[in-house]
Amino acid sequence: MTEQTPGTILLRGASLLGERSADVLVVDGVIAEIGSLSAEGARVVDADGLVALPGLVDLHTHLREPGREDAETVVTGSRAAAMGGFTAVLAMANTSPVTDTAEAAERVHDLGLAAGLVDVQPVGAVTKGLGGEELAELGLMARSRARVRVFSDDGRCVADPRVMRRALEYVKAFGGVVSQHSQDPDLAGPQSCCHEGELSGRLGLPGWPGVAEEVIVARDVMLARHTGSRVHVAHASTAGTVEVLRWAKSQGIAVTAEVTPHHLLLTTDLLSGYDPTYKVNPPLRPAEDVEALRAALADGTIDAVATDHAPHARHDKEHAFVDAAFGMLGLETALPVVASVMVESGLMTWADVARVMSTTPAAIAGLEGHGRGLEVGAPANIVLVDPSADLTVDRDASVSLSRNNPWHGRTFGAAVRHTLLRGRPTVLDGSLV
Amino acid sequence: MRKHLLSIDDLSVDDMDTIFATAAEMHDVQRREVKKLPALRGRTIINLFFEDSTRTRSSFEIAGKWLSADTINITGKGSSASKGESLRDTVLTITAMGVDALVMRHAASGSALQVSQWVDASVINAGDGTHEHPSQALLDAYTLRRTLGTLEGKRVLLVGDLTHSRVFRSNVKCLTRLGAEVTVVAPPTLMPSGVDTWSREAGFATSYDLDEALPKADAVMMLRVQRERMSGGFFPSAREYTVGYGLTRDRLAVLGPDVPICHPGPMNRGLEIAADAADAAQSLVLDQVSSGLAVRMSILYHLLAGEGA
Repeated sequence: MTEQTPGTILLRGASLLGERSADVLVVDGVIAEIGSLSAEGARVVDADGLVALPGLVDLHTHLREPGREDAETVVTGSRAAAMGGFTAVLAMANTSPVTDTAEAAERVHDLGLAAGLVDVQPVGAVTKGLGGEELAELGLMARSRARVRVFSDDGRCVADPRVMRRALEYVKAFGGVVSQHSQDPDLAGPQSCCHEGELSGRLGLPGWPGVAEEVIVARDVMLARHTGSRVHVAHASTAGTVEVLRWAKSQGIAVTAEVTPHHLLLTTDLLSGYDPTYKVNPPLRPAEDVEALRAALADGTIDAVATDHAPHARHDKEHAFVDAAFGMLGLETALPVVASVMVESGLMTWADVARVMSTTPAAIAGLEGHGRGLEVGAPANIVLVDPSADLTVDRDASVSLSRNNPWHGRTFGAAVRHTLLRGRPTVLDGSLV
Repeated sequence: MRKHLLSIDDLSVDDMDTIFATAAEMHDVQRREVKKLPALRGRTIINLFFEDSTRTRSSFEIAGKWLSADTINITGKGSSASKGESLRDTVLTITAMGVDALVMRHAASGSALQVSQWVDASVINAGDGTHEHPSQALLDAYTLRRTLGTLEGKRVLLVGDLTHSRVFRSNVKCLTRLGAEVTVVAPPTLMPSGVDTWSREAGFATSYDLDEALPKADAVMMLRVQRERMSGGFFPSAREYTVGYGLTRDRLAVLGPDVPICHPGPMNRGLEIAADAADAAQSLVLDQVSSGLAVRMSILYHLLAGEGA
């Protein structure tokens, strides 16, 4: 029996990955024992009926700080992440100023440390100011205290193939990966705000076709093959992208991809009322794309779920549809959505959820200490999920600063109950500690 | 009728017939020496035009004045977003002044619907981006019915830049519901995405071949080529467009003298419509303008003149 300390927590009766029930003893931030254990001296968390997963890792979060602290800050975004069961998030670079220097990356990193609720790992911009022309100081960001490994101009596509090639080559020096927002800007068009299809034709909205994503994914996997580097496809949204990924993986090309919870469940039909809540980039697609994305996540063609959590102040959504900001909240609801779409439907197990929402994203991002199995000696980054909850989403109950929540009023069958970051509870009984 | 007129979808065929019947009465008012009716005395209508317009704005303004409403025009280029204020804040500020109706034009599709969810006033969509322009469709249908007697079974061609045309989107709904057999003609690059499915469901035909469709037409509606909305090359040259899709002098001869020609204006003479066709005896272009006034008086009357109107 491990000696117990004030920092000792016993998770009693948790269902590990939904597969076997056991007590988990956490001592000083590390999983010390697993089995049928005594509670003596330990703070007991009743985990009976709860599924224990490694703490979730989000490859794609927008925290808005610096620049738009009215929409989200590192602190409020960290709260939302913890409430969603995350223990690490990658903060996208399209802040103001852009995270394109070592100093900027360290600032975000330090704000995350100060917030102390999740590990906030900055993503560095690929190009200076997201301008798409000159490489940002990728190496300095990688060598900084923030230890940046993922680079992305997200919000914009690195459209110039020469720039993309050089970025892929350059990040090889420090094991980096380029996460691409795949959207050919010319094919998509300057005002594109939704999926191009029958509905956009009827509504008179400028749409962007799926092929604008697919041509960039196809180009980038060929560049990854040419350079021998790693490319990551952010928020894949079409069946055509899945086909390209499947082929690329069959060829052994080092490509990984993520899908958002909203692209797994919501369809473009929601735009018929011009509600900017559902305006997101890439856009919501038709049902056949959604089906293809679900199948690809289940069979491993798509590697990870990432939220693309994109908070916006209310007034930034209260414009005409074409003028409103892109994006929707996602951190607090990602796990309930994935459970609903993938687990309740039988497409995936809880162990699969752990793979796509923790283990694989941590590996893609090179995050040590996250995405480990629930095993003795691993850091106690753990989320406990109630798999038989009756959760009705209330946007006004969110801990995010923003309210652009597409799930408001929807009911899900799973909910995050407790989150532990290195053994310290950040969320207990569904509330922030 | 409902509180707002945002789309042709808001109207039943009975509603349209009611609007047309009242429009016929309003049309007679235009021939009077004193053109004023007291129907909307004490009502305030704001014409809120975020996008340039001459004929629609002045048509609604005169319609309101002849019904004795107080009409105020607010115009401004660009969207509220470009000024930094949200659209919601803009319209709430304006309607806070005690407005009964907001006649709104905006460059963004769906904006009229969005605004109707924020304000208490009646909202009349005077053109939202490339989505709809219901009063234009109603005046077009009214004009054609006066000329053809009925739209039931009449073959109407809509020709031109369909992708960017709100007039097309409202007209195709309005005309098909009133019994017309509608064929839309455009080059493939100017057909809206998904039009094949849409046309099957909505009951209209599509064609890339104007010369094949033209001889069968009972009426032709030419649509403006909206060059200002075109960010890329939708067709190789103006000359090629005219050869393929313009209502040229030769095509006018094929059409014959009894087939009415409509155009919502402003016309690109020499591009989508030859001067001969625009000025032909069967051209209804000016009738559309005068009918438009009557139809808009009718719309305002039915939306604003009180219970049971």
